[in-house]
Amino acid sequence: MTATAAEAEELVSRLLGGDRRALARALTFVENGDPVGRQALSLLYPKTGRAQIAGITGGSGTGKSTLTGQLAKEYRRRGRSVGVVAVDPSSPFSHGALLGDRIRMQELTADRDVFVRSMATRGELGGLAATTGDVAAVLDAAGKQVVLIETVGAGQDEVEVASAADTTVVVLTPGGGDGVQAMKAGIMEIADVLVINKADLAGVDALAAQLTAITPRDTHVPVIRTVATRNEGTAELADAIDAHRQRLESSGERERVALDRARRQVLAQARLQLLAGLLDSESGRARLDQLVKAVAARELDPYTAAQRLLDSAGGEPASTT
Amino acid sequence: MTNERPTRVLIAKPGLDGHERGAKIVARALRDAGMEVIYTGIRQTPEMIAEAALQEDVDVVGLSILSGAHAELFPRVVAALKERGVVPEEVLFFAGGIIPDEDIPALKELGFREIFRPGASTRDIVEYVRQWAAERASGGEATGKP
Repeated sequence: MTATAAEAEELVSRLLGGDRRALARALTFVENGDPVGRQALSLLYPKTGRAQIAGITGGSGTGKSTLTGQLAKEYRRRGRSVGVVAVDPSSPFSHGALLGDRIRMQELTADRDVFVRSMATRGELGGLAATTGDVAAVLDAAGKQVVLIETVGAGQDEVEVASAADTTVVVLTPGGGDGVQAMKAGIMEIADVLVINKADLAGVDALAAQLTAITPRDTHVPVIRTVATRNEGTAELADAIDAHRQRLESSGERERVALDRARRQVLAQARLQLLAGLLDSESGRARLDQLVKAVAARELDPYTAAQRLLDSAGGEPASTT
Repeated sequence: MTNERPTRVLIAKPGLDGHERGAKIVARALRDAGMEVIYTGIRQTPEMIAEAALQEDVDVVGLSILSGAHAELFPRVVAALKERGVVPEEVLFFAGGIIPDEDIPALKELGFREIFRPGASTRDIVEYVRQWAAERASGGEATGKP
């Protein structure tokens, strides 16, 4: 057995034995795409698929973190253990990040059956980090019965969470624009449950009416009103998430969703590994640099350059002329 | 794909003083230096800090305190951290705030490798953490000496 495999095996056995430091360490390896993480994930994978995974998304400042914290507490009251993955953006310049979601989840820290992990997007643009789904899977394998994934403040097009979660909750607040905003494609379309948070503010009825108007009756997308800071509406929200999951199960939809998700994951990994394979060597990186310069100098278009990069895998540095 | 991991830092404020500007400035400076900073806000109990450090698997724990209660609180924070397996041999503990000279030896004894006091620049703090992370990454035991 290789050292990597041995390390992964030891980590996984501690994790499954309930060692929370091992869980935290495994999440780090997985988040970093470390070989130990990959091994650990493959050992843990058969134990995944049991948790109910809900994604919480919506614009920044709509109260996602507070709501996620309240929801975690609600599930704890219902006797279920909870994992939370909270994603915040990385700086495109420094690559650093300020991860502040825990500020709104203080009370969870005292509960050993809740595990909260913050992640930075590290350059991903879909509202999650590249490995958020894997981090959720490890929490699932560790026995968390509910996993809540909180996205970065999402505008209109950050829809990745829908493929990582069984149920997607889109959080809105009153005063967030006129009815046309809600009719646009993208984030509104991925909602399985709509939440109007800060429902004590003016304009809540108008927003609720607009939302009801755009969600066809047969899609069962409920509109829940919450005031997360006062823990109002959280129980109704948990009920709605559970009801959606129930519907997925009973309609057989869940199987289709699982297949879709698996297909996307395999393709995404294949893409990453293909690229990593190309750029793994000194000569591969030199080849890329050469092509990049040619594109920047307008000697080559990006499509041709990409084709040359793929063609030249394993061969001599590609000609750029 | 890169395996280079950003340094993860927890910045926390134990105790009851609400003066968080310093902590926020340090958090922001570390962020701008390319680190992932988990900021937990004010009025943290030792258990909250230790639990966050555990769950987030941080490389660095930085505590900020201006209330004068460090002699009271820091040993409790360190005890809670150690209880969870977060030990100064693996994780850099540092502190900042209004801390008198005579208290420093005891804090170093506890496992805090450096104490930054009023007048310290964010550049010093960033450099210090960076140096520590680089030494650790190079495989050697990080000394934490700037």
